[in-house]
Amino acid sequence: GGGGRVPCCAPGRLPAPQPPCFLPLAEVFLPEETHGAAPVDFLQQLPSYQSALRRRATAGGGTQERRAAPQGPAGVNKQADVKHLSGGKQWRRTSSKSLKKVLSEVKEFSSYLKLWRHDIHSIEGKFGTGIQSYFSFLRFLVLLNFIIFILMFSFVTLPSIIAKYGMFNSSFAKIPPKNIEPHCTVYEPSGNKGLIYFYDYLKHLLSGTGFLEETSLFYGYYTIDATWISIVRYNVPLAYLLATFAYLALSLIWIISRSLEGFKQNLVHAEDQFQSYCNKVFAGWDFCITDPNAARLKHRSLRYELQTDLEEERLKRKIADRTTKEKLRIYSLRIFINVIVLAVLLGCFYSIYRATFFSQENSNGVSNMNFLVNLLVQYLPSIVITTANIVAPQIFSFLIRYEDYSPAFEIRMILCVFLRLASIGVLLFSLWSQISSCNTDMCKACGYNYELYPCWESQVGQEMYKLMIFDFIVILAVTLFVDFPRKLLVTHCSCKLLQWFGLKEFRISDNVLEIIYGQTICWIGTFFSPLLPAIATVKYFIIFYIKKVSLIHTQKPAARPFRASSSNFFFLLVLLIGLVLAFVPLGVSIAHIPSSKACGPFRNFNTSWAVVPHTILEFPKPLQQVLYGIASEAFAVPFFMVICLVMFYFIALARAHKRVAEQLKEQLAMEGRDKQFLIRKITEAQRHP
Amino acid sequence: MGGSASLLPREALGEYQELTFLTKQEILLAYKRFSELLPKEERENACSARVPKSQILTLPELRANPFQHRICRVFSTSGNGDDSMSFEDFLDMLSVFSDSATLDIKSHYAFRIFDFDEDGTLDRSDLEKLVDCLTGQGEESRLSNAEMEQLIQNILEESDIDKDGTINLSEFQHVISRSPDFVRYDVLQLHGLSRGGLSGGFAGVGAELWVVVGQGYPVRGNRVLRELCKILSRTG
Repeated sequence: GGGGRVPCCAPGRLPAPQPPCFLPLAEVFLPEETHGAAPVDFLQQLPSYQSALRRRATAGGGTQERRAAPQGPAGVNKQADVKHLSGGKQWRRTSSKSLKKVLSEVKEFSSYLKLWRHDIHSIEGKFGTGIQSYFSFLRFLVLLNFIIFILMFSFVTLPSIIAKYGMFNSSFAKIPPKNIEPHCTVYEPSGNKGLIYFYDYLKHLLSGTGFLEETSLFYGYYTIDATWISIVRYNVPLAYLLATFAYLALSLIWIISRSLEGFKQNLVHAEDQFQSYCNKVFAGWDFCITDPNAARLKHRSLRYELQTDLEEERLKRKIADRTTKEKLRIYSLRIFINVIVLAVLLGCFYSIYRATFFSQENSNGVSNMNFLVNLLVQYLPSIVITTANIVAPQIFSFLIRYEDYSPAFEIRMILCVFLRLASIGVLLFSLWSQISSCNTDMCKACGYNYELYPCWESQVGQEMYKLMIFDFIVILAVTLFVDFPRKLLVTHCSCKLLQWFGLKEFRISDNVLEIIYGQTICWIGTFFSPLLPAIATVKYFIIFYIKKVSLIHTQKPAARPFRASSSNFFFLLVLLIGLVLAFVPLGVSIAHIPSSKACGPFRNFNTSWAVVPHTILEFPKPLQQVLYGIASEAFAVPFFMVICLVMFYFIALARAHKRVAEQLKEQLAMEGRDKQFLIRKITEAQRHP
Repeated sequence: MGGSASLLPREALGEYQELTFLTKQEILLAYKRFSELLPKEERENACSARVPKSQILTLPELRANPFQHRICRVFSTSGNGDDSMSFEDFLDMLSVFSDSATLDIKSHYAFRIFDFDEDGTLDRSDLEKLVDCLTGQGEESRLSNAEMEQLIQNILEESDIDKDGTINLSEFQHVISRSPDFVRYDVLQLHGLSRGGLSGGFAGVGAELWVVVGQGYPVRGNRVLRELCKILSRTG
């Protein structure tokens, strides 16, 4: 066989394992022992093989001087170049190695500073990279919310507090709005009026009313039109609006930059179906694994990957083999099921709409209700949303089974994402229809329903606050009252039914959706409640530990491991959708609905957006003209056309690259056929010398 | 811990550096790890002692590796088939796994490791055993027969160029040269004993040995072999 080694000159030295060029040594000296393997070794002289190696070596970098060494006879001519590693080359190699070491040490030091580095590392070791990506995502959100909080606090809350308390020689002015009907400006938050019972205090804390409404948590506190912080005039309304735009832009940029990496990987993965099986089998095992548990997980994930790939291939073949009759049957079934799914969705949305209506009508004012009932009514929209998000996915799972999609097409996930994010939209829509519902003339004069919503931004902020608190309570309650008892029952009670039920699986996608939902609420709510990001930061911080403890003690990792790279990209994509969704209500609130005249920094403006044109009017004339020019059609239309052209160029470039890649793949296949032909010829030539 | 360095003679150190892809620090660390595998009385002659396979497999880097037995078999030069490794075998293995070794060498050794029946080609049974190693030992973790059949069919379709039903070394190397994951995953990290235990000769936290399966060719620049090659090319 081809296994014998050629010993070195002296015994006891490192024996020389056979380099590829020496495999035929036995055959060279014993020509009668030709068998199938021999002629194929000439493959190494084939130019395609050489060029593939060359391409590999240049991609790999600094080992070029050594790639020539173990070549076949054709490579021996290059041996002369590789005599000894000359002094210069050796120095270059050692210096590049030490540079690499320095860089890796710097990287390692900076990773010490990361939050929860050790926790996430241990989770990765025990549960694999899929679950670890969830916790990394959570850490990212904690940081994002913290930065947003710092932004809003330093530009909006801090100046307001300084001005209100008169620190640093500051003062503020409350300019009463002109040309506004006086009835629009009446706003009396039911603050500390007399003795407060403890449960009233709790009620106010949980629903953002009462004493909480007057604090800097909500929009109503910032009823300041201008401040002077020791001679410098600080424009609070403008700062408020610009800080809002800033945190939205910051979130957008940060998410996009994080997702670029995953996007590239996703694209490459999807394209390179060319050699996926060989790649997975020959290069599948990660040799860095030293922990037996991690090894077990890797085995499982490899098996799952191979099985899913094989299953997908079988399904593709099955789909391709479908007859027209079967296709008709499947499509009509799909249409029918999609109608049902649509009906379920509409039902959920309608119930959320009605619940919000009911809650708003009945929670305003009547304080002689029972404490618990009052709280229930206040939280009714949140309860309905959460219930819909628990029940509807189960229905979807049941229905989707009949639709016979390939496992790669995760339609259930898409529906769940849509349901989660659209619930918030429906709630806000319901709120707005109530705020803008105007029947009387007096109401029309204000532009919004001044009787029920004298300070409507604060009340929207309260709704967001309640959603966030309830979300947190639900996560806590589910962990304490469902997961832990379940674990206790399963371990101590040997009832067959319970054992079949088993421990809860940690489903990454559901958990991620949960936190994205919370983050979307935070983004929408921060405009109406500037300190909401701080609450979100604390909430996600605590959730990290809750989820970690719950995972370790009460749950088992899912039987179907995740592909971490694509899942990371998926999380960020859904987060991006949430952010874009948050733009819509904010845009409508800022630009369309008249700002409330009784509270807030935008009392003197028609809408919140109006502060920007107002500020521009104070700029010097040339600058004003430039800005007006940018906003005019004469600029916008050509700009839009240029952007379209650039986009078309890139799309064409991408298509061209794709075509080149296809052509190269075809060429590679042809080379294989060339090789076959040559091998046949060589074998024939050898047989008849 | 200068003591361990002094046990390894200077010219031997220089020779090993010449013959392998390892740096001086890596060789010293390897020597240290190797002598720890030996019982105390044999540590003096670590260079000529042989460590039984069971001891080698206690290394954490190999413990969880499904190819541990094949690795020991491939790198062991023991004549009596017990797969024990001498220090030079050990260095051999580490050099093959170092990050300075070329793709040629790595794929060459990967081929030998995957060749379970050692007949010079990867036939169906080799591929089956390979896939079983990957999915884990144990009845419930193996692929079903139909799946295995389908998988091997796909693998052969992708890599068997001459359509003889087996993958030989050249075809294997051709496939590996286009594999994006091979370089990334085929790295075995040999950790230093503890961060604190490394002496001044090492670079501190960076002194980890990178061991790459099938990516190393320990004899580089070996003059005798090169001369042999030249002779062959002239005659052949």
